[in-house]
Amino acid sequence: MTTTFTRDEVYGRVEEVLIEALGVDADDVRKDATLTTDLGAESIDFLDIVFRLEQTFSIKIPKGELFPDDILNDADNIAGGLMTPKGLAQLKSSLPHADFTDFEKEPSVSKVPELFTVSTIVNYVENKLQAA
Amino acid sequence: MRWIWIDRFTEFVSGSHGTAIKNVTLAEEQLAAHLPGYPVMPPSLVIEGMAQTAGILVGEARGFKENVILAKIRAAQFTDYAVPGDQLRYEARIESIDERAAATAGEVFLNDRSIGNVNLMFSHVNQSAVASGLPAHNFVFTDQFMRLFEAIQRADDSGSTKP
Repeated sequence: MTTTFTRDEVYGRVEEVLIEALGVDADDVRKDATLTTDLGAESIDFLDIVFRLEQTFSIKIPKGELFPDDILNDADNIAGGLMTPKGLAQLKSSLPHADFTDFEKEPSVSKVPELFTVSTIVNYVENKLQAA
Repeated sequence: MRWIWIDRFTEFVSGSHGTAIKNVTLAEEQLAAHLPGYPVMPPSLVIEGMAQTAGILVGEARGFKENVILAKIRAAQFTDYAVPGDQLRYEARIESIDERAAATAGEVFLNDRSIGNVNLMFSHVNQSAVASGLPAHNFVFTDQFMRLFEAIQRADDSGSTKP
């Protein structure tokens, strides 16, 4: 049976997941906070977040669905430190839950982690629950 | 001193949960060195005991194919500490596991009384991804760890804990 969550309920539970996974205060978990720069997430924390989200919402998150990592490993997707049009298209297609407004102005590879904000996670979970 | 912080598995359910015990003795060096004159089991080594319990559980769940590396202490809290003569018991359970990593939840008991929790994350590192300078063979599940696993299998099969 799929449990129905409002967006506020999803947000509240995602906030709890991030507080526990990253050891941050509730005040730090703003909607636009980035997981890496603002909340200090390291690579293993992304897997921790995935596992906690799976348990919290009773969902299955396939490898690369929430945090696609293979796109940046393709040399055709990067040129001079920027995402190529092909790479950017792939990234946008893989991350429908992320906001690309600022990123598209200068699609620097080094700024990819900034796509992963608290809102990105909430959007992903909402989409996932609606599709279930 | 050998880097092994559990004495014996008392329960092992593949892919699910396992329990190991550790008897704390005054002959152990860490009891003299941690707080000189006040022999207590360092909490960091209690965490290591849980990591070895849970790590073998995680490794076995995937056929000991990969090195299982402690990657993150998700939580560790204790309300008491062990002294010489005490027995620690580590109960570990796999919460999540896939080809990349595993998360475990664990409870620590002191002489059958719960004294805390240690929740961990492990990374799976297969041999092709091992960094240069590290051994080509599985360097986590060495003979001494495999003997622990084999002992509980033997106990389950024949009731004997002796090699």
